[in-house]
Amino acid sequence: MSTKKLYTVIVFSENTVGLLNQITIIFTRRQLNIETLSVSPSAIKGVHKFTITTFAEEDTIDKVVKQIDKRVDILNASYNTDEELIWQEIALYKLSTDLFIKTSTVEALIRKYNARVLEINEDCVVLEKSGHYEETQALFDELRKSISVLQFIRSGRIAITKSKVERLSDMLAAMESKLEKGNNIQNG
Amino acid sequence: MEKQKITGSEALLKTLIAEGVDTIFGYPGGQAIPIYDCLYDYQDQLRHILVRHEQGATHAAQGYARVSGKVGVAVVTSGPGATNTITGIADAMMDSTPMVVITGQVPSPLLGTDAFQEIDVIGITQPITKWAFQVRRPEEVAWAISRAFYIASTGRPGPVVIDFAKDAQVGLVEYKYEKVDFVRSYQPIPDINEACVEAAADLINKAKKPFVLVGQGVVLSHAEKELMAFLEKADIPAASTVLGLSALPTDYPLNKGMLGMHGNVGPNRKTNECDVLIAIGMRFDNRVTGDLTTFAKQAKVIHFDIDNSEIGKNVAVTVPVLGDAKQTLAAVTAKLQPAKHTEWIASFDPDAKEEQDRVIEKELNPQEGYLKMGEVIRKVSEATGNDAVLVTDVGQNQMMGVRYFKYKNTRSVVTSGGLGTMGFGLPAAMGAKLGAPERTVCLFCGDGGLQMTIQELGTIMQEQLNVKIILLNNNFLGMVRQWQELFFCERYSATIMDNPDFALIAKAYGITSRKVKERAELDGAIKEMLEHDGPYLLVADVEEKGMVYPMVPAGSSITNIIFGDNQ
Repeated sequence: MSTKKLYTVIVFSENTVGLLNQITIIFTRRQLNIETLSVSPSAIKGVHKFTITTFAEEDTIDKVVKQIDKRVDILNASYNTDEELIWQEIALYKLSTDLFIKTSTVEALIRKYNARVLEINEDCVVLEKSGHYEETQALFDELRKSISVLQFIRSGRIAITKSKVERLSDMLAAMESKLEKGNNIQNG
Repeated sequence: MEKQKITGSEALLKTLIAEGVDTIFGYPGGQAIPIYDCLYDYQDQLRHILVRHEQGATHAAQGYARVSGKVGVAVVTSGPGATNTITGIADAMMDSTPMVVITGQVPSPLLGTDAFQEIDVIGITQPITKWAFQVRRPEEVAWAISRAFYIASTGRPGPVVIDFAKDAQVGLVEYKYEKVDFVRSYQPIPDINEACVEAAADLINKAKKPFVLVGQGVVLSHAEKELMAFLEKADIPAASTVLGLSALPTDYPLNKGMLGMHGNVGPNRKTNECDVLIAIGMRFDNRVTGDLTTFAKQAKVIHFDIDNSEIGKNVAVTVPVLGDAKQTLAAVTAKLQPAKHTEWIASFDPDAKEEQDRVIEKELNPQEGYLKMGEVIRKVSEATGNDAVLVTDVGQNQMMGVRYFKYKNTRSVVTSGGLGTMGFGLPAAMGAKLGAPERTVCLFCGDGGLQMTIQELGTIMQEQLNVKIILLNNNFLGMVRQWQELFFCERYSATIMDNPDFALIAKAYGITSRKVKERAELDGAIKEMLEHDGPYLLVADVEEKGMVYPMVPAGSSITNIIFGDNQ
């Protein structure tokens, strides 16, 4: 009986070369497939944030996250279930301009899904929609039926926890204070 | 006035010296020549041991680190020089051995071009190191090397790789050494959680049948005294993992022996009888636990460790005590009530007697037949006053070695526990001798493992390293043969070895040797070996089909013990 569930792993790291590899090999060893991955600079200068989703059993994801957290250049690693998160993905849809103009249903779809038009040129129209996977997928399915989609791309998930504070800044402050304390001891 | 500049290579050597290094193991090559050229001027401060193969450099550095507690250092060239160190790096990672490996690398403009002897060292070593970093500029040298030593030696120790591009070796830099003792993203020692200390003490105070499992963490944190105080105050029996051996002297009354597949009967059985299992600096390796679904299910488990990722990894933990064992043991001991568990401790005796009668007596005091591995090992141990450093290779020699050697002092066991690296023994023994020059170093190895790194006899010759090599020769890959006999219908597939005359090989290297086959000659041969001033090879022709008992079959419950006497 598999009790696999989708978990979102959030990792904060120093911005050093080769960190992604260090993280992904830990998933690989446990035979975990990474469903989505998103990496970007965080609000704190020099700190990068990885958002990774994977299907796993809780026991496994707990061990994986501990092993990620243990790496020297990782500041913090944690995992959450969907209930604990606000998350979004973004999708882009490229449509034929010709068909876009000729097909009356597209306007209704854009309204229904609250999508945006990013670009219109003589060849193609690019729509953007952000939302959960099911939402971006539903728009894709409907567009494909009504007008066909030339290209489609969806980003990895980005997520923030519903809890009030991001613990990282507290943790960094605590770590830095250890350094200062250490220096004071040395100097004193 | 402009500050004088030095090369990146010189910056490396100066930083090594600043970090307290006096011995390095290595092998030069195309992309390490500038380092070696610079070393020529630093020979009075850095003793370089020229090994015969880069794998040997890493195992020697491991042996050095394990006995001395210092960081072992290996220097090799790029490409094959670097890939030859992989086994030793992986071994050090598994066994938490502090080691810094410096690999030469092609000049940075050539990186990624498949240049001659270029290999992606960082990519290859990331999974098997605590930290791996590529130095591309001479300005990075002092920082990277100091950081490497800090990371390798603190917290749960481990190997660090510094990949050193050749242009950074020759480039000039205004050298400035600043000791790294802080890394923002790295907390080597977790803060002690008072509630956990309290909860652990409470569990122990209420325990009727507490049992301690001692791992290498005790040795790594220099907590031997704290461990004894802990055991004595609450009167708790203890047993050790292979790497935890010698943290407690063999004859220490509360030391009940060794755990695991070839461990002592009592400790394995009592694991499944105790009410509180206290693991200290050990990681519940499958060779210690056997089948996890039947392991210590009756017990509440307290796990002392410095590495949070070990908590609950294999065995569910009731109370984790994170921190440095030296501090956490003292903290918990302070909250213990003095106790006596006389009956519980005495309950180990029948098991010990059973093992003595069914296994040990036959192994140590055979009346006839070929030499037994166990008797050779015990006699060597006793001839050194049980005061020597035991180094083993891997296989039967290793299990016999750790079972029958006796320990008086801590840091007396150097063996490849986690990775189980055949060929580890000979180079590790060289490193152990250099790390503890005042101690007798005895290596036990088999004919298989010795031949995996036998070229290091050249290093022993060149450096005149006083290592006592005891070859337990059975002309078989004995441990695999044992499994074939027990579990594969005696189909001895690829385990029979036609061996050279090892004494002649030693002779070629100018190493004194002697063969011994007869029991009557054994004591005299051992005496001669130990009295000889210099390296010595004792070839003991032991019984071909010797077996290491007791044995818990792999994946079986830890109480399912085979004695090999058909009872």
